[in-house]
Amino acid sequence: MAGSGVKVLGSWSSPYSNRVQITLNLKSIDYEFIEENFYMSNKSERLVEANPVHKKIPVLIHDEKAISESLVILQYIDEAWTSNGPTILPSDPYDRAIARFWASYIDDKWFPWLKELEKASGDEGAIVGNIFEGLMVLEEAFVKCSKGKDYFGGDNIGYIDVVLGSYLGWIKVIETGFGLNLLDETRIPGLTRWAQRFCSHDAAKDVVPQTDKLVQFFMMVQATKTNSSSG
Amino acid sequence: MAEELKLFRSWSSPYALRVVHALKIKGLEFETVVEDLKNKSASLLEYNPTYKKVPILVHKGRPICESLVILEYIDETWKQSPLLPQNPYDRAMARFWAKFGEDKVFPSIWSVFVSQGKDQEGAMAQAAGNLKYLEEQLKGKKFFGGESIGYLDIAFGWMANLISILEEIADLKLIDAETFPCLSAWMNNFADDPVIKECWPPRDKMIEKFKAMREPYLKQGA
Repeated sequence: MAGSGVKVLGSWSSPYSNRVQITLNLKSIDYEFIEENFYMSNKSERLVEANPVHKKIPVLIHDEKAISESLVILQYIDEAWTSNGPTILPSDPYDRAIARFWASYIDDKWFPWLKELEKASGDEGAIVGNIFEGLMVLEEAFVKCSKGKDYFGGDNIGYIDVVLGSYLGWIKVIETGFGLNLLDETRIPGLTRWAQRFCSHDAAKDVVPQTDKLVQFFMMVQATKTNSSSG
Repeated sequence: MAEELKLFRSWSSPYALRVVHALKIKGLEFETVVEDLKNKSASLLEYNPTYKKVPILVHKGRPICESLVILEYIDETWKQSPLLPQNPYDRAMARFWAKFGEDKVFPSIWSVFVSQGKDQEGAMAQAAGNLKYLEEQLKGKKFFGGESIGYLDIAFGWMANLISILEEIADLKLIDAETFPCLSAWMNNFADDPVIKECWPPRDKMIEKFKAMREPYLKQGA
């Protein structure tokens, strides 16, 4: 079925935008992608109208209705398109609860440590420790959820895969920038191999950004922040 | 038929209360384990090794953690008295506003509670801005869920109990009926609902607890 007016306001560099794109790709839903300069302080009128509360990307526009917050969007896609292949959330309520639990852990507990690393001054060691500890927790979760298959979702990419997978571009930037080996096969073999599979999956391979492009982008945004006047 | 439901909670956790509210609205029987969070039980640590927190709902021996995750689990497992709307867009809106509550509303109200002077004025303005969105969402409705209590009402339920407690301790008005008529009415309707009313923790204990939580901030204040 044609896109019937599906638009994504997002950015190639944003993991939150990436996860929406990957999910739409998984479900073979056509959409128009509109790149927003979200890091600039003056947001486009289009973005402010679509997301007046947060003025942030991503926003999914479907049948002229706007939905914001990436995890809300992912669940909406699952529920609004019911004949586009398997749901990204599992069908069993308990498995769905586990998927939502890990998505929340990844977004609210684990990824903030990576952001903290960026701002760190002296306490990098402790933060890196937390990041590794979190990866061990996620490795265990991967083993339990995948049950020997390729993805957290089993045979197919599922909710947790998309949530964690959308951060892989930035994880590689941090590895490069800080000289770390986060996706270390000797410590987290399951996740390391999963990451390779995820990045080469048809739905994700053109969405997860290349490391060098992201590094350039990061430096450009930092320069913009330094050059712009305060406030 | 016993559903083998066990809820690990503390006496005051607003997150645990969300689960209590949902279970009662669905008419479900459950066992309660009240945890002393300064002395967590082996069961708690086993069921929630990631966060070591309450609430934890154990259903047929399997734990579910994180209150909003638990709410969705309850709604998907027991179909009576649905908590989330049926329509995908309305469900998305309910989840959006619940996240707004967690990320913006609660932190901004907490900031008002623990700050003083000029800082508090700034915090009040911020909180008021957030509350205006909730006021808008309630226009023409008794509950966020419409005629009956739903997911979003339960997500915001902490306000119906805690706001007046914080107001009393800090001697200020966060939500007045003139500025926020719909929100004020909602707080009363929610708090007085027969299913909800019997669950509130003892007010004097709550006042004592939150006074103690505020102390360190007063000491470091200007």
